[in-house]
Amino acid sequence: MSDRTHKLSHLQALEAESIEIMREVAASFERPVMMYSIGKDSSVLMHLARKAFAPSRIPFPVLHIDTTWKFREMIAFRDRMAKHYDVDLIVHTNQEGVTNNINPFDQGSARYTDIMKTQALRQALNAGQYDAAIGGARRDEEKSRAKERIFSHRNAQHAWDPKNQRPELWRVFNTRINPGESMRVFPISNWTELDIWTYIYAEDIPIVPLYMAAPRPVVEREGTLIMVDDDRFRFNHGEAPMTRTVRFRTLGCYPLTGAIPSTAGTLPEIIMEMQAARTSERDGRLIDSDQAGSMEKKKQEGYF
Amino acid sequence: MSVNPAQSAPATDIATWLQEQTDKSLLRFLTCGSVDDGKSTLIGRLLYDSQLILDDQLASLKKESRNRAVGEEGIDFSLLVDGLTAEREQGITIDVAYRFFSTDKRKFIVADTPGHEQYTRNMATGASNADLAIVLIDARKGILPQTRRHSFILSLLGVRHVVPVVNKIDLMDYDEELFNQIEADYRKFAEPLGFDTLQAIPVSALRGDNILTKSENTPWYEGPQLVPYLETIDVSEDRSLTPMRFPVQWVNRPNLDFRGFSGTVASGQIKVGDDVLVASSRKPARIKQISTFDGDLNTAIAGQAVTLVLDREVDISRGDVLSHPGETPEYSNQFQARIVWMHEEPALSGRSYLLKIGSQMVPATITAIKHKTDVNTLEKEPGVKLGLNEVGTVTIAADKPIAFDSYGSNRLTGGFILIERISNATLGAGVIDFGLRRGQNLTYQDFDVNRQVRAELKGQEPQIVWFTGLSGSGKSTVANLIEKRLTAEGKHAYILDGDNVRHGLNKDLGFTDQARVENIRRVAEVARLMADAGLIVLVSFISPFRNERRLAREVAGDITFREVFVDTPLAVCEARDPKGLYKRARAGEIKNFTGIDSPFERPDRADVILDGAVESAVDLSEHLYEALFAK
Repeated sequence: MSDRTHKLSHLQALEAESIEIMREVAASFERPVMMYSIGKDSSVLMHLARKAFAPSRIPFPVLHIDTTWKFREMIAFRDRMAKHYDVDLIVHTNQEGVTNNINPFDQGSARYTDIMKTQALRQALNAGQYDAAIGGARRDEEKSRAKERIFSHRNAQHAWDPKNQRPELWRVFNTRINPGESMRVFPISNWTELDIWTYIYAEDIPIVPLYMAAPRPVVEREGTLIMVDDDRFRFNHGEAPMTRTVRFRTLGCYPLTGAIPSTAGTLPEIIMEMQAARTSERDGRLIDSDQAGSMEKKKQEGYF
Repeated sequence: MSVNPAQSAPATDIATWLQEQTDKSLLRFLTCGSVDDGKSTLIGRLLYDSQLILDDQLASLKKESRNRAVGEEGIDFSLLVDGLTAEREQGITIDVAYRFFSTDKRKFIVADTPGHEQYTRNMATGASNADLAIVLIDARKGILPQTRRHSFILSLLGVRHVVPVVNKIDLMDYDEELFNQIEADYRKFAEPLGFDTLQAIPVSALRGDNILTKSENTPWYEGPQLVPYLETIDVSEDRSLTPMRFPVQWVNRPNLDFRGFSGTVASGQIKVGDDVLVASSRKPARIKQISTFDGDLNTAIAGQAVTLVLDREVDISRGDVLSHPGETPEYSNQFQARIVWMHEEPALSGRSYLLKIGSQMVPATITAIKHKTDVNTLEKEPGVKLGLNEVGTVTIAADKPIAFDSYGSNRLTGGFILIERISNATLGAGVIDFGLRRGQNLTYQDFDVNRQVRAELKGQEPQIVWFTGLSGSGKSTVANLIEKRLTAEGKHAYILDGDNVRHGLNKDLGFTDQARVENIRRVAEVARLMADAGLIVLVSFISPFRNERRLAREVAGDITFREVFVDTPLAVCEARDPKGLYKRARAGEIKNFTGIDSPFERPDRADVILDGAVESAVDLSEHLYEALFAK
């Protein structure tokens, strides 16, 4: 996007807005960190961070909460990207959860997510004493996110108080916090899923190959295709993996992430398929539909 | 008309289609108006008609729409945008929700803002980033106080284009005369607000009349339909033509060979080779390089995030503003502004806040509330404080000069927020009208005999010792003993006592929160003058509020200031009751009495804490002397 014309296109405007937010974090906080989930939004975030601070290095570490149930390809991609972008990568796993063998099969998605993601995140944020955590959430993803601030205050327990949010005017961000409190910052709040994909295409940003269709071993459960990524997978009685050509619209823990049947093997094909799709992005995530308002509840408890 | 990008996308030529996607312009607008005028329904309708509601959302929407009022499609559209559980339960929108949709021609970011009066602040938030506003009006009710309030705030926050959408026209049999009357009423009210464009449209958000296409139910209406109007209106203010402002956000220094200033061009444009001036120091420099990750630029325009490299070493840090010589921003510590108050705790003159404008943050005080504006009549009325959702014209003095423009000429360098200094809450938002010159002309007179000389003459360190504590805690008793001891040593001290000062200098002040603020401010100023004259000033004031004690510390500036907390429990003070005041307060004869019906905020940064319940006054004064004056 170096070809600048007299007026900025909406994608150029979004890019500039995100860069400004990243710089505000670096300038206003003592110990910022950037959450890295390895998904496409994280890929965009990483790319924007590099742009924001060039020619300097990205001036904060990148934090990945590893539940130990991510797709293997994601982990390999994460380690490649840490080198590619020359960032300090911090990986945190809730060791207590590992010791107690917390997994998505035995505990159910709600409890598993709470222990291996939400609690793990709190542990990591407390351990690093981070006063600001940059995340890749977008307002178009989910209804409660549509109302979240770009600079979103968290109390010392990392909780969000949706009824007591600070007014956020112009681009004057209130970055003040008291000791123990922190800020969650969402630089790509105003991007849509289509913006993300067109930007990845325009800027040639690396993404995990799982987004592209390929033959993969899956089982079908209640209409959702779950990939058998390793030998820890628990088959139900009579279940066996079958090979289907699928891809993922969103990436998380493999037993909790639904694949979609697709033959879209290139970025343009993905974008075209997405434009024709009639299901929203988070539909492939099993954790959101536990109960109405469940994302809002998770966020109040400290989930991203 | 097709508004779904999927329908218009030629699957064979993805590159062309993607190019079209990236080249679209962006319109940020907000929807506002009184509660129940149907804002959320309208946005739901826009998304539905744009076919942006997806299958799973539609299914969950239909499920949730049971037991609710719905239109022909069997859907309560407002459910789609009222995101928070509390809102779904109460059926109201309590916070700004951002929504995104796009058509063949434009991408839209919509701020859906609350209608209830107590959430006017959220509406102002939505307006601050909007280029255009849809003002919903219920055809059955016409113009309501909230319609006027919102329109006024739109004008205050510089939204130049308004679209009064007369909704629920279906419920009034598509009455032409009614629509014309509402439009005329609105134009009359809005005339002094000075919007650039105003286009009224009769619609039914529930049924879809005049949203995308001309409704057969309103043959008499000749104007544009809502979506086509939003797609084509030109809202560009051409920020590129206004004077260049570059607020420095972050100093970019990867190594000794590179020193750049990162920031976003707020307005105008900047070229390599341009001469620029630093607003604070008025030091000149020339642009040597405009650096981005994608390569160097020759020109950067408003909205671009870049890193500037200058041709020489100039002292610049975050908060500095670069401009072209001859087109510099104002640089002053005092200005007049209009503010929207957004917090339950009222705005008081004399109280110190943090002011943030662009990347500059400074302590600042509201020096005067000139008047409030009645948002229904637009009339000015006197006011001594601003409550939640009130709008007032004020003068503000910052602790040091800042660079700014009037909001009318530049939204990004003329808008600021005020932050509470303890809780860090955002209390209010303001737009600068003009700088006050007296800030620049009033410089401090330098005299040859200064504090240092006077201090040496007296052989003592001038300082302020600020006693705080409940009435009857023993402040004045201890201060008296200290003064006697200092005097005996040939030192020159003076006690400023709360009661005594209230008999003279402050006899015009009562005991409201506001009067207490002013009381402390005056005493702090007097204490500073006396210390500057070389004295050791012992201030004995209840001074119950942290903010005011902090103010006193700030007024003292570079003079040594020590806070002494005489920590005597209320029960002990009340038992002593040397002046009989507690008894009277308990009997209801004295109002706003600290400890009884007015709070005492315990100091969290006292230099000395004296335990007034345990030790005698003589012992306390010994301790204090040891702590403060023993060499």
